[in-house]
Amino acid sequence: MEQSIRQKAIRRDHPLVGKVVRAVIYVVLIALAVFTLIPFVWMISSSLKLDREVFAYPMKWIPETFRWENYVLIWQRVPLLTYFKNTALVAIAVTLLQTITSSFAAYAFAKLEFRGRDTLFLAYIATIAVPWQAYMLPQFIMMRSMGLYDTLWAMIVLQAFSAFGVFLMRQFYRGIPTELCEAARLDGLSEYGIWARIMLPLSKAAIATLVIFTFVNTWNDYMGPMIYLTRDVNKTVQVGLRRFIQENSSDYHLIMAASLCSLLPVSVVFLCLQKYFIEGIATSGLKG
Amino acid sequence: MSTREQCQARVKMGKLQRKNTLVAYSFLAPNFLGFAIFTLVPVICAIALSFFEWNGGDISKLKFVGFENYATIFNVKRVSQSGLSYFFNRVDLGIALKNTVYYTAVTVPLTIVCALALAMLLNKIKGAVAFRTIFFFPYVASMVAICVCWSFMLMKDGPINQFLMSVGIPFNKSWTADSGMAMWSIILVSVWRNMGYYMVIYLAALQGVPGELLEAATVDGAGKWKQFIHVTLPQLRPTTFFVSIMMIISCFKIYDVVAIMTDGGPGRSTKMLVTYIYDEAFVKVRYGQASAISMILLIIVLAITIIQFRSEKKFSND
Repeated sequence: MEQSIRQKAIRRDHPLVGKVVRAVIYVVLIALAVFTLIPFVWMISSSLKLDREVFAYPMKWIPETFRWENYVLIWQRVPLLTYFKNTALVAIAVTLLQTITSSFAAYAFAKLEFRGRDTLFLAYIATIAVPWQAYMLPQFIMMRSMGLYDTLWAMIVLQAFSAFGVFLMRQFYRGIPTELCEAARLDGLSEYGIWARIMLPLSKAAIATLVIFTFVNTWNDYMGPMIYLTRDVNKTVQVGLRRFIQENSSDYHLIMAASLCSLLPVSVVFLCLQKYFIEGIATSGLKG
Repeated sequence: MSTREQCQARVKMGKLQRKNTLVAYSFLAPNFLGFAIFTLVPVICAIALSFFEWNGGDISKLKFVGFENYATIFNVKRVSQSGLSYFFNRVDLGIALKNTVYYTAVTVPLTIVCALALAMLLNKIKGAVAFRTIFFFPYVASMVAICVCWSFMLMKDGPINQFLMSVGIPFNKSWTADSGMAMWSIILVSVWRNMGYYMVIYLAALQGVPGELLEAATVDGAGKWKQFIHVTLPQLRPTTFFVSIMMIISCFKIYDVVAIMTDGGPGRSTKMLVTYIYDEAFVKVRYGQASAISMILLIIVLAITIIQFRSEKKFSND
């Protein structure tokens, strides 16, 4: 309301100025959008060229002939399919475990009374502040002694029980009125029933946020797989791509094609669920 | 009620409470077990390990050395002779600290300015969603793909140098291979990647700036710029503070971009704290020293977090 009144006032005062300002804003925004997207455009363009054309002078944004065969070639040169399968497996397992266990734990923290609750929650919160890089080494030593080195299991358990998920879900559950739970308890529903039939359906938005955060983070994780995965059959997309780049550093066109392929799955997930992603950041303001 | 009945009631209550506690624990158990084993225990071990010497291998070779690891990474002997400039120019830890602080000090303000500018431009405009998606996209894009793409673009004959040449600033080297520009290419990629993320936070915060305040400023004759400086910016202070803290912490943890684009080089010009930890732990396999460096990182990050906690109390009291 107020907004529109003000805008009207401005427009009445200077009929042209408002339009000009708006036009300038759009021009600036488009310029910035181009800057943001240029690397991706260059990636697409280079992936359709010959290796020697990539750095030709002057550079051509549109390749002379589109070499679609690059995209066939990379599947033969790089075990991309294995990498994709591994990454998808890890990402899906982590996302499932993370979402279920943390919403479960969050319910206890948000809606149940028990001794030691606050202390335990403090321990969770405190470890969010501890950087993973500070304890990755003992974690690595421990995992190795458990025989998890160079297995996808390491990647799964590494990320499946993060304190962040519990924190996010608890914040959300606290917003759900406790009376709802109490009414359900009077109706004879067990705590598990309340969790499954009341809390879970009500927290779809929070779960969507957690799912997409976890999925994207797991998919893009680089340092974890870098430390743990050595055999090619176990590699995820990120480290697999990295290996290909190191071994074929002058096959620019193929590197770009493979890079583009590695971007696609997350991009699709992001574009489909971006509403939840952006709302999640805006409300929690926290990094996954 | 007789004492006996009271007693029975209390026993009943106690049973109920115990049952509740058990139910609560059953909710917590799946997550807590994983969390305790894979996070809590390693955190505690990390602190302990920094006082031991161990090069992997058999656990019987673990040797308690007190503060020796710390003395080694700070190179106390030489530094006490040659002074602090020796520490920051010669010692690995000093260089890593200097580089990380430099990277943080440039990246954080730059990202904030870009994020805030984008948010201001997008605030209350048609088509904001489309632009928001575009600016946010680099944040979800895979690290390896975008880093390798940027380092190609910054190569000697790459499009960036070609563009610079066309506007009359010839630069005839790969950015990532030049000890002066390598750091800047990392900063460039970091700002480009993260600005959309923080823009989203600012966009949300801008919804909370009361319209009456802006209106009052307009009535008082303040132009758009003055409104921004005197009304919007002060209103956004808590957000800016929160964003800075988060960003400082994540800057101190930087690894991916460096590892993919420059690998700490050329020389040691982009060696960061985490790059250093990685080298000591997984390349040179000196677990004790790696843990000591980890503790430095931990102390820095915790100190920043404590500052944040203190100030948040202040903000909420205001």
